[in-house]
Order: sequence, then C-alpha cells, then structure tokens
Amino acid sequence: MTSAENPVAGPFPPYPHRHLLGIAGLTYPDIANLLDRAETAIDLSRQREKKRSVLRGLTQINLFFEASTRTQASFELAGKRLGADVMNMSVASSSVKKGETLIDTAMTLNAMRPDLLIIRHQAAGAAALLARKVACSVINAGDGAHEHPTQALLDALTIRRHKGRLDGLSVAICGDILHSRVARSNIILLNTMGAQVRAVGPSTLMPTGIAKMGVTVHTRMEEGLAGADVVMMLRLQRERMAGAYVPSVREYFRHFGLDAAKLALAKPDCLVMHPGPMNRGVEIASDIADGSQSVIEEQVEMGVAVRMAIMEALMEPAGATAP
Amino acid sequence: MTIASGTTVITHARIVDPSRALDEIGTIIITDGRIAACGASEMNQGIPDGAEVIDGAGLVAIPGLVDLRTHVGEPGSEHRETIRSAALAAAAGGVTSFVMMPDTDPVIDDVALVEFVLRTAREIDLVRILPAAAITLGLKGSEMTEVGNLLAAGAVMFTEGRGTIANAAVMRRAMTYGRDFGALIAHCTTDADLAGHGVMNEGLFASLLGLSGIPREAELLPLERDLRLARLTGAKYHAAKISTAMSADAIARAKGEGLSVTAGVSINNVALNENDIGEYRTFFKLTPPLRHEDDRQAIIAALADGTIDAIVSDHDPQDVDTKRLPFAEAEDGAIGLETMLPAGLRLVHNGDLPLMRLVELMSTGPARIIGLDAGSLAPGRLADITLVDIEEPWVLDPARLRSLSKNTAFDEARFTGRVKQTIVGGRTIHIDGLMLGAK
Repeated sequence: MTSAENPVAGPFPPYPHRHLLGIAGLTYPDIANLLDRAETAIDLSRQREKKRSVLRGLTQINLFFEASTRTQASFELAGKRLGADVMNMSVASSSVKKGETLIDTAMTLNAMRPDLLIIRHQAAGAAALLARKVACSVINAGDGAHEHPTQALLDALTIRRHKGRLDGLSVAICGDILHSRVARSNIILLNTMGAQVRAVGPSTLMPTGIAKMGVTVHTRMEEGLAGADVVMMLRLQRERMAGAYVPSVREYFRHFGLDAAKLALAKPDCLVMHPGPMNRGVEIASDIADGSQSVIEEQVEMGVAVRMAIMEALMEPAGATAP
Repeated sequence: MTIASGTTVITHARIVDPSRALDEIGTIIITDGRIAACGASEMNQGIPDGAEVIDGAGLVAIPGLVDLRTHVGEPGSEHRETIRSAALAAAAGGVTSFVMMPDTDPVIDDVALVEFVLRTAREIDLVRILPAAAITLGLKGSEMTEVGNLLAAGAVMFTEGRGTIANAAVMRRAMTYGRDFGALIAHCTTDADLAGHGVMNEGLFASLLGLSGIPREAELLPLERDLRLARLTGAKYHAAKISTAMSADAIARAKGEGLSVTAGVSINNVALNENDIGEYRTFFKLTPPLRHEDDRQAIIAALADGTIDAIVSDHDPQDVDTKRLPFAEAEDGAIGLETMLPAGLRLVHNGDLPLMRLVELMSTGPARIIGLDAGSLAPGRLADITLVDIEEPWVLDPARLRSLSKNTAFDEARFTGRVKQTIVGGRTIHIDGLMLGAK
C-alpha cells in the first residue's frame, strides 16, 4: 500500500477532529485510522531517507511546562521528519515560571501563528484550556493526571503489531494508577478497542470509582497478572514511595514490582511494557525490563510513528484525502 | 439607614410571609419604614391620603432576603468587590441584608474594622450590611478575638470565613467564651489534611478528569467535632455551608439532642452538582465542592424537612486573573447575590420546595439565626420587602451584573423568576434593574 515516493499518504479516511486532547471522545474508527497511519510512518522512519515534506512551511511549537526529555524529543523528531519547523519552549526555565499565566503564554504564542501546539502541563485540563484560546490545532502531551493520548496510541500500536489485534486481549495496568495519565488514556483506549483491562496495585494508588471505569480491580499482582496478554508497568514517582502512598521501596517491589516469578503467571508470550522512564528495582526488575518479553524500547520507536500520524492527520487540508 | 417617612402602600400583591405562614393576595401598608399592616383584610381599608402606591398586581411580595454569607473585597481587594458594589448587587438581587465575611485584608478581627464596615455601609445607605468578625486574630486559628467588644461594636456572628479552625482546643475555648456573650459561632468545616490537594468532589467524575478529589468526610469530621464541642460548651453553633447527606444527618442528630445548632447551605450546592464542572470550568470550582447529585438531593430533602435553616449566596467575587487558570490552580468561589433567588426558584418550579419554604430559607430563617428584626412582614417589623415576578423568564447576561467580578456559576443561565423591586426600610432602592438612592 505504501510507495517509496509518498509512503504515508495512503487512502486513509479524513480525521474528524481538530485537536487531540485525549482519548476520551475518540471512536473505534478514529483510533484504528491513527494506528493504520502510524504503521506507514514506521516504514518511513526505518528508511535511510526519513524526511517528508507534508508539513513543510508549518510551524510546530512544543510547549513543555514539565520537564520531559523523551516525549519532547519524540514530538520534535516526528515534526522534523514531516518537514515542519519545530520550536521548543522549555517553560521550566522561562518567564512562565515568573508568574505569567498559561493563557497569557497561549495568547503570546498564538500571535506567532503556529499551526500545531504540543503542550505538556502539570494541571489536568490545561490542554483543553489552551485549545479554547488559540487558533491552531493542539496536541495534549500530558496534562496532570488526566490524559496522555499519544502514549496510549503508541502502546496500542505496539500491542497490535505483536498480537495482531487489540480486541479480546487481557491487559494488566499495574502500579500508580491514581496519579497516572497514561493509565487513564490506556483504560479508555483499550476499552474502546475491545480489550479487557485490569487495574492492579495497592488501593492507596487507585483512583476513586476505578471499578466504574470499565476495568476489573486487583490488589494483588499474582491475581491481576494471571493469564494476561500484556502487562503495562507504571512509574512510581519518587516522592510517593516513602510512606506517603506505600510504606517503602522494598515493600513495593516485593509486592507490586514486576519480577520473573510474577511474570510467569501471565501468558508465556505476555508483552512487558513501560511508558518510561523506569525505576529499575522499584516497579520492574532489571532483568525483566531487558528480557525477551520486553517491548519497552520498541514503544519509543512507535512513539515517533504515532506522533507523525496524528500530526499529519490534524494538518491534512480539508478534502485532500480519500472520501 | 435612611428610613422612608410617610406612607407607602403595596396593592394586589401575593404576600408570602413565612413568619406567619401567610400566603394570600393583599395589601401592605408601610409607615415610617416599618410594616403598619399586611394581609388580605387590609385591602378594604382604602389608601391613606398622600400615600405612595406600588401596584403589586402579578408580583409576589416577600420579606427581603437575608444572606448570611457574603464575601466582599474591601478592604484589601477592592478590584474584586467593594462594599458599595456588593450593596448594589444585593439590591439588584432582592437581598436587603447581608452578613459580610471577615476574611478581608486586614481581617475583620478588631473593633475598628467592624466600625469601618458599619460606617461605610451607612454612607452607602442602601442595604443592611452586617459585619461578621473573625473567631481568631488574623484568622490564624490560635488567639481569640475580643468577642464582647466586637459584639458591642455590631458584629453579628463570629466565623473564620473560608477557613476552618484545625485546633479543637482553640475551637472549644472560642465556643465556651462566646457562649457567655451569646455569640453565634458560624463555621465552614474542611479538614485540610484529608482534603489535601483536592479541588473537586471525590468520585468517578474527578478520577476521569484527573483531578484530586475532596472526600465528603473532610467536611464531616470537623463538623462532628464541632457538634460535640457544641454539646460540651452549650454554644450557639451554625454550620455555615454543609454539602453532603452525611453532614445533614449529623445536623439532624444534633438538633434531635436539643443542641443550639443551625445549618446553612450554599445556593450552589442546592442548584448545581459536580457534573456542571464539565470540561474544567473554573467558575464551578467552589468550597465546599459541588457534590454528586445524590448529595444534592439529600440537601434538598434536608431543606424541606427543616434540618437546614438557611440558604446562603456564598457570594465570593474572584477576578479574571484568579479564575482564568487551569482548574486545579484557580481560586474557589462564585458570586451569588444577584442569582440566589432565581436559582432558588428553580426548586420551586421543579416542585422540590414550596415557595413559602424557599422564602423562609432565604429570609425568615437566616434573620432568626442572627436575631435580625427582618425576615417578616408582620406589623411592626422593618419594611424590608422584595417584589418578585416568579414567572418571568430571562437569561443571565454577566455584563449586566452589578458585582465588580463576573465569576458567576450561572453564566447565561435561563431562569424563571426575577426580582422586580427591592425595598429597604420602606424605601425603594431598586426597581426593574434601576438603582435608586445609591450614593
């Protein structure tokens, strides 16, 4: 389906949204469309000549209020491979720290007429707020504990490439679900695509009402991992380790960390995933992270592809695609 | 307060006066700022010579609203709300008396500041503005204010404003000392540790939005502590803003034990629920947070059965800078003086509350709690009257609000029922959106 000349522009249906603020609100066809587009972006990224020009002349601003090396790099690379002019605003060290509000920053950037704004912010809803104030498309690269849609998409792409499908799979999401936007986006996406989702972790790290989010809840890893097709480990933030939500790192690792013994309870071909950055020896044992079932590095590669796919989909001129 | 001299007659109005359980078409005769006669039987008495006549046909005449909880920005944050702009907002909303919260800058914890508020109110000469004083100096939660002196200066209640006294010993002493002076302690209860970084009601909706939740127990634990202290000390205690079924149960139990306890609820928790937050709308970020519909229904039941005594506006002006932020970073609060009656009328039109009970909750009840000579249309009482067309449909235009801040939770809301005229001490201060006599 792909040609060397124009590898990504397949006969994809047009993407019906202006922004990507979350997985909530996306339909099965929306998600499948993005994953299909991403497949072709993988091919492009694996060529020697990686550069295309579909976003030539367009300006992409990465507005990161939280430090993030890998996500920012991934968005930057995705934009550059599509030919966009990419500007990084690391707000952690700029005037925004000195009292300028998110909306003031948004208005300032808007006046520079960007075509795409990528935002990461510590507050839930920040991407939606920004989207209401600017004239361009907005991609949420993580807003507080709310959503991180491109992470869920890249996870889905990784799973689909290994398992050939998403529907009917048992996916265990383990660890700090309470504070995790990755977990929320994944729960919504996997439910939409027909997977069975299990939330696994201590109750202090579970959001209220989790059982009503379309998951089965397990407080013991042994139970939650039994027969799973995929296990996604979540990062436990350092400040939450000692006494605040769990008593200690060693206790957490023993009961909730992924090691060989616990992984053995899952299906033999169970994928091991982690959104990164990992705390080795806290939520995941080093040998498992580097083991044969781990697809953690591949997730990073899929990240670039998924971000290329969504950017291109959002920037497609109306009427340019197949009906 | 300027008192209208001479006689004013309101004719053909439907009079709803909870103080006498009166609901009839009749005439109200006002002489020298007080009610001279009121009721159906006065219709045949004729109109006294030289009297000003107000045609009340099609309108409901109720005792003017008494709001126990209004935050004003003066002194300290006059850009948000001055005492004058709050008074204008009150007049427009049919609120003839309001209790002004002490969490200003400086805090109203001293006789001089109570006098400042009363003097300013006299100069504005519009509605009755009744200062509340802080329970502790600077609202710091440790040292008691001069309860006796503040009462003598004109403070009508003692409250920590938005805050909660965490230290039970401080609360006990304030209640014990206050009891000797007959002081009313009004407290809004939130356990700061349990509420943590919470910004909305804890539950599925908060989890989906990725926002930290405030459990209902954060309100209940300090409330139950206070109720036990009220039993221990015999103090007059008012739970200023309850929001949950559990809190209403706790109040009902305390009343059942015969304690001198009353309770209020914000109009926001009566008219709205957590779903109104929608996509992170910060005008719905409030204290207490908007709760689940189950709690709202329980609160309405508690309003109907007499467990709750007052509905308050919880008027809390916030400017654009403190609201145009991501939800978790925005300030709490919404203005409410101009919308509390129309929002409350929704309950009447829905059949949740009889009109008589709504008026009692917004006027007679709160007046009784603070011992104010208002909230009644009985002969001899202050002629503070609000005339309402309870059937008029209208849409709220924030630009037309009198408040200096526009952070209303009823932005462009559709209402049925509108305040047409506001009378304080027999003098009309507002008619059909027009302000009269404001200095």
